[in-house]
Amino acid sequence: MRRQLAIMRQSLFDQGYLDEQFIELEELQDDANPNFVEEVVTLYFRDSARLILNIQQALERKPFDFNKLDGYMHQFKGSSSSIGANKVKAESTLFREYCRSANAEGCLRAFQQLKKEYATLRKKLEAYFQLARQTGPLETASRPK
Amino acid sequence: MGMAADSEFHVLAVDDSIIDRKLIERLLKTSSYQVTTVDSGSKALEFLGLHEDDRIHQNTPSVSPNNHQEVEVNLVITDYCMPGMTGYDLLKKIKESSSLKNIPVVIMSSENVPSRISRCLEEGAEEFFLKPVRLSDLSKLRPHLLKTKSKDHCKEQVDEKPAFPSPKQEGKEEQQQSKNNKRKAMEEGVSPERTRPRPNGITSMV
Repeated sequence: MRRQLAIMRQSLFDQGYLDEQFIELEELQDDANPNFVEEVVTLYFRDSARLILNIQQALERKPFDFNKLDGYMHQFKGSSSSIGANKVKAESTLFREYCRSANAEGCLRAFQQLKKEYATLRKKLEAYFQLARQTGPLETASRPK
Repeated sequence: MGMAADSEFHVLAVDDSIIDRKLIERLLKTSSYQVTTVDSGSKALEFLGLHEDDRIHQNTPSVSPNNHQEVEVNLVITDYCMPGMTGYDLLKKIKESSSLKNIPVVIMSSENVPSRISRCLEEGAEEFFLKPVRLSDLSKLRPHLLKTKSKDHCKEQVDEKPAFPSPKQEGKEEQQQSKNNKRKAMEEGVSPERTRPRPNGITSMV
C-alpha cells in the first residue's frame, strides 16, 4: 500500500496537478504536526467552495462585474498557489486575463474549465489522503531531527 | 523543536486568507518563532496597542502605557492585498507611530509588481516576499530581528545603510546592506522560476 501511495503521489506531480509548493507543505509536516498537509488542503477545499459559489453567483448577474470577479479569482489563485495546485492556478490566471479584457464569453468558458480541474484535483487529493491515512505518512521529504 | 533562545522572538502575521495564515504560522513556528496571526490590518493595530485614531502628531500612544508593552512584537509580516487596510496602509501606520516605528515590517504579495515593491521598501519595509512564502525566505528575517534586540541593548539608531556592495548569495546570516536585500527581492521576482537552493536546516544558532 505504501508503494501505491508513492505512485499516486508521484503521478500527481508528473501529471501537473501539483507543483513543488506541495513539497514545501510536506516539509513542514513532522511528528508534532503529522496532519499538516491534509489540514491545509482541507481548509483550501472549504475556502474554495465558498469562492466558487461567489463566482458562480456573480456570473449570474448581467452585466458582469469584472472587477469583483477578478477579486474573487485573485483570492482563489492565491490559495491554489499556496497549496501547489498547479493546474487550478493556471486556470485561475486565464480567467483573470479574461476579466481584465472584459471578455464575458472567455470568463464563462474559463470558469467551466476551472471547475473541472478543481473537481479532478479534489477527487485525487481526497483519494490520496484517504490512502495515506490507512498507510501512515510517507517519508517524502527529508527533515533533520 | 528549536533553541529556547529563538522563541524569544514574537512575530505578528497578518493575512486575510485562512490558508495563508495557517501556512505562515507553520513556517514561523518551524523557524522557532512565537506567532500570533490576525486576519486584518485593523486587528493587527489593535494587537499592537495602537488605536485607529492615533495620528502621527501624537507623541504618546492613546492607550494605557502598559498596553503595547504587554505583548511585545518583534516583527510584523503582512500580506499586501487585503480588503480595507492593505499591507501598505498597515506598514505606513506602523512607521508613522512613535511607539511602533522600530518594529521591522515585512510585506508578502502574490503579485510581482516592481513599483509596489519599491513603494513598500521606500516606506520602510525590510523585505518583500513573493508568495507562496517558503522556509528559505524566513531565514532573511533573522538579521532584522537581531538588529532590534541589539538596538535595545546599545540604544543606538542603526538607520544608516552601509554603502558596501554585497555578493548575491542565499542564506547569509550576517547583516546585509538593506538595498541589496531589496534588489534581491525584485530580481527574484522577475526570474521565471525559483532556482535557489533550499536549505534543510531550519533553526539556526543565535
